[in-house]
Amino acid sequence: MSTVATDYTLAELCIVAAAEAFRHDGEVLATGIGVIPRLAASLAMKTFNPDLMMTDSESFMLSEPNPLGKRPADFQQANESWMGFSRIFDNVWSGKRHAMLGPTQIDRFGQTNTSALGGTYQQPKVMMLGARGFPGNSICHANSFFVPGHNTRIFMDGECDFVSSIGYNPARVPRGRALDDVDIRRVITNLCVMDFGGPDHQIRLLSLHPGVTVDEVQENTAYPVVVPASVPTTPAPTVEQLAIIAALDPHNQRAAQIADNPPGIRA
Amino acid sequence: MDKRLSARDAVAQIEDGMTVGIGGWGPRRKPMALVREILRSDVKDLTVVSYGGADVGLLCAAGKVKKLVFAFVSLDFIPLEPYFRQARQSGAIEVMEIDEGMMLLGLRAAAWGVPFIPTEVGLGTDVLTHNPDIKLIDSPYDDKEWVAMPALKLDVSLIHVDRADFRGVCQIAGPDHYLDDWFARAAKNTIVSCDELVDTSFFADPARAREVFWERSATSAVVEIPGGAHPSSCSPLYGFDVAHFKAYTASGKEGGIEGYLEKYLGADEAEYQRNVGGLEAIRALALPTY
Repeated sequence: MSTVATDYTLAELCIVAAAEAFRHDGEVLATGIGVIPRLAASLAMKTFNPDLMMTDSESFMLSEPNPLGKRPADFQQANESWMGFSRIFDNVWSGKRHAMLGPTQIDRFGQTNTSALGGTYQQPKVMMLGARGFPGNSICHANSFFVPGHNTRIFMDGECDFVSSIGYNPARVPRGRALDDVDIRRVITNLCVMDFGGPDHQIRLLSLHPGVTVDEVQENTAYPVVVPASVPTTPAPTVEQLAIIAALDPHNQRAAQIADNPPGIRA
Repeated sequence: MDKRLSARDAVAQIEDGMTVGIGGWGPRRKPMALVREILRSDVKDLTVVSYGGADVGLLCAAGKVKKLVFAFVSLDFIPLEPYFRQARQSGAIEVMEIDEGMMLLGLRAAAWGVPFIPTEVGLGTDVLTHNPDIKLIDSPYDDKEWVAMPALKLDVSLIHVDRADFRGVCQIAGPDHYLDDWFARAAKNTIVSCDELVDTSFFADPARAREVFWERSATSAVVEIPGGAHPSSCSPLYGFDVAHFKAYTASGKEGGIEGYLEKYLGADEAEYQRNVGGLEAIRALALPTY
């Protein structure tokens, strides 16, 4: 039995929508970087995809996701195996992983940037993290993205200032490989859910969060969004899902993830 | 063979222009006391290979770095490393920016004595655009192109461990040894600092012997420096120093590296530890929750 909730935050709606990205993954390592992606992967593992694997974000694989933040002194996490960084790379290269991350730029090809903005490569205007594991993630396994503030700086005009991850750019297809080898799944934002399933892998609208219009999504995306004839509303969380999310996030870190922590249904 | 050295004598082995690998990960188990000893030395023009944190930031700020080989530089809970950013944004350093896993492959290639390891990682990204020295190759077994990740040969590696004996048997008791075993194997000369120097019999317990990730022939020098990872963590002995990292990051905006070094660095590690509140305070730092 499940009861559709009527009172929920936009963050909670996004967690539930993002969890859907992991529904049909089977037995892969689900890595959600950041509060909402991690809660999404955890919710998926606790409900419709118990085969998912997850780490403690440090060095052990867990049979049961850890709650976020400080835990009681007597808390014992459900270790399943050691999973240090070197073993993470073994897993990445095997392809049995689905990561959900939040890059700083996502261009029309689904290429992302985590490294640097503006200026020249030798002297960027804004240096960020570096390429991190994005090159490997993007060519080895499935990836989804979470964007808490959907705007034209993130979904930007032109190509990423630094391409950290391979996307669906015909000019960059490695010899002997095909665009279809790249596996970008879902893009969840504070406005909508999208994928790269349009013609020629263009970004495509899958659902609109309650009260959001197609125009609002397009205005905040610097490149064309393919809009199907009928676009559903992103499904509301169920009461049961909200309870699981609350248990996974007892310090309510999710409230700090989207500006002003708005309600899921716009006032 | 007794490999014990003072920090000063160990770091004196590093010469201008050498390639130096640094173990640990971001704010975790970094050989910071050895890095500080480099800051106190005259050595310069280093090529640094690191899963970077404040080790990279400090070396950049102090003008020790000619070239940086990196996938990221971050303090994790403070995502952007202040002095690495300044170095990049002022165009002060050459870089070889690669994927985290490519760095591991490069270290493995160096450790195994092969010129490269083939991988698909990096294809289609600017990691290749900006590193024309990383070549693409044909495979003798398929029709695809592959990245030939070159060996990252290190002159010296710096690593911090929980415990070591005088011959360089090293225990990492924390939850992850990161890629430190590959840093040790990829270097001609591996300098290890340890929180505690122990008798060889310490390792007779098989559970402890399993916490040794490279054999002692891959360790060249052992330096006993209790608290030597500060302000990074050395789990389970101590966590990272959140307040110190905040002060360090704030110095990037106000006061600059000169102010930071003036306040903390000191003439030796004993003075540094007095400046940050003492070894007891370091050992009392809470372990992080992820």
